[in-house]
Amino acid sequence: MNKQNKKSKWQHFVDWVNGEEAIGMPKKISFKKIDFEKLQEDFEKYIWSGRKKAIFYMVMCVFVCLTFIGILLHTVTALPYFGGSNNPASNEVVQRYIENGVEETGATNIVAGMILDYRAFDTFGESNVLFLAVICVIMLLKKDKYNTTEQEQREEKEDEMFEKEDSNTILKRIANLLAPLLFLFGIYVVLNGHISPGGGFSGGAIIGAGFVLYASVNGQQKMQRFFTYKIFVRINVICLLTYCILKGYSFFTGANHLPNIIPKGTAGALLSGGLILPLNICVGMIVACTIYGFYALFTKGEI
Amino acid sequence: MTNLMTNHYEAAAVILFGIGFMNLLLSRNLIKKFIGLNIMDTAVYLFLAAKGFIEGRAAPIVMEGTTATVEKFINPVPSGLVLTGIVVSVSVTAFSLALVQRLYKHYGSLDLDEIMQKAKKEGH
Repeated sequence: MNKQNKKSKWQHFVDWVNGEEAIGMPKKISFKKIDFEKLQEDFEKYIWSGRKKAIFYMVMCVFVCLTFIGILLHTVTALPYFGGSNNPASNEVVQRYIENGVEETGATNIVAGMILDYRAFDTFGESNVLFLAVICVIMLLKKDKYNTTEQEQREEKEDEMFEKEDSNTILKRIANLLAPLLFLFGIYVVLNGHISPGGGFSGGAIIGAGFVLYASVNGQQKMQRFFTYKIFVRINVICLLTYCILKGYSFFTGANHLPNIIPKGTAGALLSGGLILPLNICVGMIVACTIYGFYALFTKGEI
Repeated sequence: MTNLMTNHYEAAAVILFGIGFMNLLLSRNLIKKFIGLNIMDTAVYLFLAAKGFIEGRAAPIVMEGTTATVEKFINPVPSGLVLTGIVVSVSVTAFSLALVQRLYKHYGSLDLDEIMQKAKKEGH
C-alpha cells in the first residue's frame, strides 16, 4: 500500500515534469490522459499516412518514368536507321535548301541562310523569347528602394567596400588581357556567321561571356561606365525593331513579287548574303546584352 | 534489339530524357528540379542532332568554287531546330531560377514541401 502510494506520487511527479498534470490535480481527471494517448495515436497515424503517401508517390514516379522510357525505347526500335541517307526527314525541303540556298540567300553557311532567310520569323520569335525572359527577370529581381530593406542595403555597401579593398593583381591583369580578345573573337564569329560556322547566337554568347568576365573581375561599377541600364534597354529595343523592319521589308517584297533592292553580293565574301549580316549583328547584340543582363541581375540585382 | 543497337544515339537520348523527368518529379530541391529539366532539354538536342546526321556527309557549309548537291551535306533543318531549343531552354531556365530566388528570399528555403507548409500557414 505504502509502496503503491510512493509509486503513484513518483508517477505524478513524472507526469508533472512531462507537463501532463498540474500539482494538486484531482485523480478524476486521469481520463484526460487517455485523450492524450488517443491524440498521439491519431498524430502517428497522420504522420504514417503522410509517409505512406510519399512512398506511394515515389514508387509511382519511378513506375511511370520506367514505363515512359520503355514505350519510348520501343518507338526508337521502329525509327529509321541512324545515319541512313533515305530517312524520311531528308526530303525535298532539305534538297531545296541545300541546292538553291547559296543562290537564293547568298550565304555559304546553309544553316545561317536557313534560319535567317527562309525561316527568319522563327529566329525573330527566338529573339523575342530572350527579350521576354530578360523583362521577366528584371521584373522579378531588379532592386529598387521599394523592395529592399535597410539591412540589405547596408550589406551591399559592405560588400562593395570589401570588393574595393582586395586587389587580385594577377587575376585582374590576365582577365583584362583576355576580355578584349574574347570581344574580338565574338565579333569575328558574328560577322562571319554567313560564310563559316557561327552566327548571331554563338557570337553573342561569346561577347556576353567577355562582359561577364570583365564585370566579375573589375566590379560592376567599372562596367557601368560604358554599359548602363539605359544603354541595355536601348540596344535591345533598337535591335529588335531593326530586325522587325528589315525582315518585314523582305517578306513584304517577297510575298507581293516585288523586286528586292538589297544586293546579294558574291557568295563567300564578307559583304554578301543580303540581309543576313545585319540580322546576325542584331541577334548578336541582343544575345550579348541578355547574357550579361542575366549575370548582373542574378548577382547584384541591377544592371 | 539490333535496331536499338544501330539507333544507340536515339536510345541514349530517350534514357536521358527519362532520367531528367524522374529527377524533375522526385527531387524536392527546386534548383535540382530545374537541373532535371535541363537534362531533358539536352536529351532532346541529342535526339535531333542524331536524326539529322547522315553517314559520310559533311556539315552544310559550301566551300568556294564548288556546287552544292544533296549528296554532300547532312540535313540542316535539325541544326536550326536545336538552336531554337537552346535559346528557349536558356530563357526558361533564367526565368525559373529568378522565381526560385524570390521564393528563397520570402520563405528562406529551397525545399518544396517546406515552402508549401509555410505558404499554407500564411494562408495563401
